[in-house]
This record gives sequence, structure tokens and C-alpha cells, in this order.
Amino acid sequence: MEPIDLDLDENELELPSEPMHLNMGPSHPAMHGTVRIVLELSGETIVKSDVQIGYLHRGFEKMCERGTWGQVFPYVDRLNYVSPMLNNVGYALAVEKMCEIQVPDRCQWYRMILGELARMSDHLTCTGAMAMELGAFTPFLWYIKAREMVWDILEEETGARLTHSFGRIGGMANSPTPALKEMCKNTITAVLKLVEEGEGMLLKNRIFLDRLEGIGVISGADAIALSWTGPCLRASGVAYDVRKSHPYLKYDEVDFEMPLGKNGDNLDRFLIRLAELRQSARIILQACDRMADDGPVNCDDPRVMLPPKSDVYTTIEGTIQHFKLIMEGAKVPAGECYSYTEGGNGELGFYLVSDGTGTPYRVRIRPPCFAITGGLSKLINGAMLSDIVPTFGSLNMIGGECDH
Amino acid sequence: MSERVLEVLKAKFGDAVLRTHSQFGDDTAIVDPKSWKAVCRFLRDDPQMSFDMFTDLCGVDFPDRNPRIEVVLHLYSTQRRHRVRLKCAVGDEDMGGCEVDSICDLWVGASWFERETYDLVGVTFKGHPDLRRILMYPEFEGHPLLKDYPADRTQPLVPYRTEAEAGLPLGKLAPFRDDEGMPFPHRVHNAREFGDS
Amino acid sequence: MGELKQVTLDASESSGFATTKLDALLGWARKWSLFKYPFVTACCGMEFMSLTSPRFDGTARFGAEAPRFSPRQSDLLWVVGTISQRQAPVLKRIYEQMMEPKWVLAFGTCASCGGFYDNYTTVAGIDKIIPCDVYVPGCPPRPEAVIDGLMLLQDKIARGDKTPGIVKPYQDPAAGVVKLRRSKDSSE
Repeated sequence: MEPIDLDLDENELELPSEPMHLNMGPSHPAMHGTVRIVLELSGETIVKSDVQIGYLHRGFEKMCERGTWGQVFPYVDRLNYVSPMLNNVGYALAVEKMCEIQVPDRCQWYRMILGELARMSDHLTCTGAMAMELGAFTPFLWYIKAREMVWDILEEETGARLTHSFGRIGGMANSPTPALKEMCKNTITAVLKLVEEGEGMLLKNRIFLDRLEGIGVISGADAIALSWTGPCLRASGVAYDVRKSHPYLKYDEVDFEMPLGKNGDNLDRFLIRLAELRQSARIILQACDRMADDGPVNCDDPRVMLPPKSDVYTTIEGTIQHFKLIMEGAKVPAGECYSYTEGGNGELGFYLVSDGTGTPYRVRIRPPCFAITGGLSKLINGAMLSDIVPTFGSLNMIGGECDH
Repeated sequence: MSERVLEVLKAKFGDAVLRTHSQFGDDTAIVDPKSWKAVCRFLRDDPQMSFDMFTDLCGVDFPDRNPRIEVVLHLYSTQRRHRVRLKCAVGDEDMGGCEVDSICDLWVGASWFERETYDLVGVTFKGHPDLRRILMYPEFEGHPLLKDYPADRTQPLVPYRTEAEAGLPLGKLAPFRDDEGMPFPHRVHNAREFGDS
Repeated sequence: MGELKQVTLDASESSGFATTKLDALLGWARKWSLFKYPFVTACCGMEFMSLTSPRFDGTARFGAEAPRFSPRQSDLLWVVGTISQRQAPVLKRIYEQMMEPKWVLAFGTCASCGGFYDNYTTVAGIDKIIPCDVYVPGCPPRPEAVIDGLMLLQDKIARGDKTPGIVKPYQDPAAGVVKLRRSKDSSE
């Protein structure tokens, strides 16, 4: 049968010319639960898109004003909930900057180890989910299996698999268990092996590469203008990593590379996360070697640290100190400060305003994926409908952080 | 953070820079809202400053002050690796005159942050291409992060089910009765009263 | 199969129990073939992913693994994570679009009762908007707790019980840890 438009000229064919409106609603398998994209399509091509977030706005900033400085830790955990330790560490560092406390070395190494484990968990989830959304279910299951191993360590250390609330102002909730170093070494070997297997499945797959390569391209200059940070920015070739540019904790004493991408497309963002996983593994192993096996984990500043329980139950000073810290909160000096660390998605900043009491006056989180999701519209306009899925997946928007 | 930035700003803008400080190592300049955009443009374009990355924009409510809202902007330079914080104060007691120029055309990434500040704090950004609510829904009234918005005042979009409809008790016990709970030192933001605030 | 249950029928249909062999058969078939609609919003979604992953395999062995992202094709609505006021109409609409028989599992504390987000933007529990069958508390609940919840739901489906159930912890974690010092004249 001959083609239907064989004899017609281009402009004689009547085609519907109104764009179609499509709603990729807030409940969608690939929208990570909480983003609504209202699209105007012309055929398969996206003409305009309106990215609507806020479906997981949980009032983090308002809730922080209703507790004490230490009661913010559980809320902070649930911001970037795939790498909660990084948020804990970021917030603890921010308050410590205001109180001008320096935690002991052992605590700094410990925070680095747990933080990098959280980062590994974040990258495993992101890459696994990206693969799953493109149809590759098996690498997702393998990466979740690897993530379970990482969570085993975190469960051993903090008691919880996901939302640990393990950071404290001036230290950590508990000291490292004796099993930490052994578990880290064994787990990292197993995790990296699983990552390699997953890569072997994906990176030679023609379909996978076609869907990621050259899609969602953004240049370095555009990314900086959009305030992107983290793996998405480094995929576009801009060498900015808070751990390298403004080292905190002991990041200047460990050896690790900062992988950079070339094209700024989805594939680069995917590969960068896998490369960063390996660098995190390097950091953890070095930190395990350097961390002392004994010594204090918490600083002993009585303004912020709870006294040992034996003192609380036997001495009156201990009781009063405990009471004041719990009921009124640690009295952070009045003023404001902005402290930033490298979160799973980029520069995670906390801007704290204190009025000198134990209750925060304002806790503002600078969410890295808020800025990144702001650039999503630019990436998908002009692309095809099915390109939204890998592009959005590669940005790693975490609803808790984006909508705080 | 670099104090040179503050010196250059004071030299160039004189009276528009009302105050500067470097508390906790963060260099801060409080500027006049009318020169907000001019200062930002200078910081972005001047080769010595080159603040090419916009980091954060938010608003803080100080109801005891006049003007009450402080708009806080953090900037970063990827080349020179220095940061600065700019603040300006707008808005009177009833949130009148609470507006400042938008800096979206200087840094594209500021767009969503300005929408968020408008949504949660109520600052209007003049010249913003698309100033609407971003985290709250359009039917929401009020600006939640203001200190006089009670934290637990909900504005449900979907009417809640009644117990008759549900066939079982739905009201959950409030965590604290009126005479329980911690005494917060700030003005009480809840609808419930915690004794004398 | 099971014994025939002889129970007095209640006047209201909502708490009816399975009374015939056909009902028992239907209950058996439904409980082992739940199609889930994962309405995932927040942190509990991470534990939801873990639940379906190889270590816990919490849904496949109960026949509840097949996700259907269309409410028309699913019968178990997993509400995973916090529901904000903005999300509430969406959730209600998804629930209304599902066809009978349908069940709702509130995964996590935020879905069950709002969690510690007692503020202007969170719905304090999905039962304020839609009826809920099983509540799995936890922040986030361990996958084992969710498996308990799923099995509890299966039990309810089999019996035709529509009253909501809550997953309780197996044992009180503080039992035996804290000893209260009793006064001398009470019996020990």
C-alpha cells in the first residue's frame, strides 16, 4: 500500500496545530514521587514545560524554630533522605561554626567515614533508579543490594538504617564501634564489585547509551548561571567541589580525585556518580587507616555537650547542665552564619540566625537540588517526551531537600 | 570570604552600603534596597569581584524591627573563590512596601529562590518574570515563614473526613496539653497558648 | 482450605466477616494477588525500595509485587511518605479512581498520623482524607515491619475485615531494661 502522503505537498496536509497539554503528575513512577511537570507538546517534542515542586514541602524551616538547636537533627536527616549523614554533618558543622568549637580529630574522621558512606548510598540509589526508569531493572536490584550493605554499616554504627539523627553539636551521638573498620573494608570491596557488574550490564548497552548520550546537555557557563553545584556541575566540566575548594573536616589530608565530565549530558552525570562512588571508597579506606582507635569523639564544651550520665545522676552540676541543655537548648551566640559542605547533590548550605537563646531564630537550608531542578525546564524544552525520564533521573532531585 | 570585597563595595557605593561586618568569618554588607540591583550587577561584572555564582536568597522576619524583613543574598565566585553576603531590609509592620528588585536577569538561577522567598516570606521582586508560589499551593493565603503565622494553622485543600464518615475516631491526641511542653523563649507562634509567653 | 465460619451478621456491611466458602475463596485469591499502586513521596520510599529488593523480597513472595501505576488497574494503595496539603487532592483523586475492592496501606508514621510534622503544610495522617486499612508506624519502618503490615492486611482481606489495623512491635524494646524500684510494701 502506498504511503498516504505520496502525492501531497507539505502545506496541503492538514495537521492539528494546537499544542497538546500533558501533565506528568505528582504521582508518577519516574517523577520521584513529588514533581509535577506540566508540558506543552508538539507531537513528541516539548515546547514549554512548567516544573512544579512543593508537593513534599514539610515546613522544615518553620519546624526548626519550634525546638532547640539539637532538636533540628531529626528534621535535617529527612532533607536529603538518601544521604542523611551528610546533612547531619553539614548542620553540625554550621552550629559549631557559630559556637566556634572544633571537634576532636577522631570525630572528624568518623564524620568523614559516615558521610562518605552516605554519599555512596546516594550515588548508588541515583544510578540504580536511573537504570530502572529506563527499563534496566536488574542493575537497580544489584545497586540496592550494595546499598543494603552500606546501610548495614550505618545500622551497626548509628542504630538506624536510614534516618540516623546521629550528629550532635560538638560531636556525634556515640563513638565508633570496634567493628567499623573491618566492616568498611569488607563492604567496600563487595560494593565496588557490584558496581562493576552493574556497569558491565549498562555501559555497553546500545539502548542505554543512546538514551543518555547527548541528551540533556548543558554547558558549564549555563550551569554556573543556574547555580548548579555538585556532580551535575562537574559533569559540565566545572571543577568546583566544596571538599577540594574549601576543605572542611579532614578532606585536605586525604587523597582523592574530582572526576570531571566533558559534555554535560546525562551520560556524564551518570558516569560521574559512579566515579565519585569509587573516590568515596578511597576516602573511607584512608580515613579508616587514619582514625584513632580510642580517644574522645565529642568535644567537652559544656555549653553544648551533655555531661556523662554518671555525673547527671550523682552531681548537681551535671543535673543542672543536662536539664538546661535539654529544656532550653544549647545557647548559641547571637548572630548569623552560613556554612556549606558538599552534600550528595552539591553545595549544601545552612544559613543560621541566632538570637542567643537555645531555640533557633531561623534555620535556612540552601538545597543544592532546588537550584538544579530549577534548570530542568531549560534541559527538557526542545527535547522529546521520553527524554524527560533519564534527564530528570540524572539530576537526582530529592523531594525532601528540594521542597524542604 | 574576603574582606577586600567589603572594602571595594564601601569605596564604590559609599552611602548605599549601610553597614558591614564579618561575624564568624562571613563578610556581610547591608545595603540600601534601592541600590540592591546596582550592587549585585557590580559584584557580578567587575573583574576583581567576578561573583559568577549565585548561591542563596532568603528572607528573615524580624517583627520587632522596622523594616521587618531582611532579604539575604549569598554570592560566590568560582574563579576567585570568595564569598559575600548581601542583606537589605524591606517591609513595614503590615508588610507594606515589601519589595526589592529582582536579580533574575543577572543570575538565572535566582528565579526559583526569589519565588520561594515571595511564597514563604512575602517579599515581592520587581521585574521577576514569573512571580508565583512555588512551595505552597496557589490557594494558600499568607506567608508561612513570617513569625506571626502560626506554625500549625493548616488551610486544607481537601475537606477532612468526619468521624461519622469514617466510623472510627480520627482526632489524634495533641502531643501536649496546654499546660505541658517546653516554654519557648520566643513569641509563641502557635494557635495554642503556652501559658504566658 | 479453611473451616466454614458461622458468625452472626452485623447490620453494617463495613465490619462483615467472610461467611461463605465463596467469600473465603475470593479472600484467598485477592490476598495473594495484590497489585500495588506505590504512591511514594518521601524518605519511606527508600525503605520501600529496600523492601522490594533481593534481601527482604517483601512483596514478591506474597504475590504483591506487580506495580501498576494506574489506579484503575491496582487494588492496594501504598501511601509511602508524608502527604502534604498540596498533595492531598492528588491522593484523594487516585484513591477515588481505584475500583473496589481496594485497600490502603499507610507506610510510615507520616502517612499514619503526620509524624513530627505538626505544621501548616502536612496532612496529619492520610485517614483524614481516605480510609486506611493498615498502618505501619516507623520513621521509616524497617522492611520487616512492613512485611508484618502486609501480612496483617492479607489476614484482613482473607477474613473480609474492614476495620483498620496497626502493626505493633513484637516486643517492647524497653522491657527488662528499665527496672522500677518499687516501694517496700508492694508485692514483688
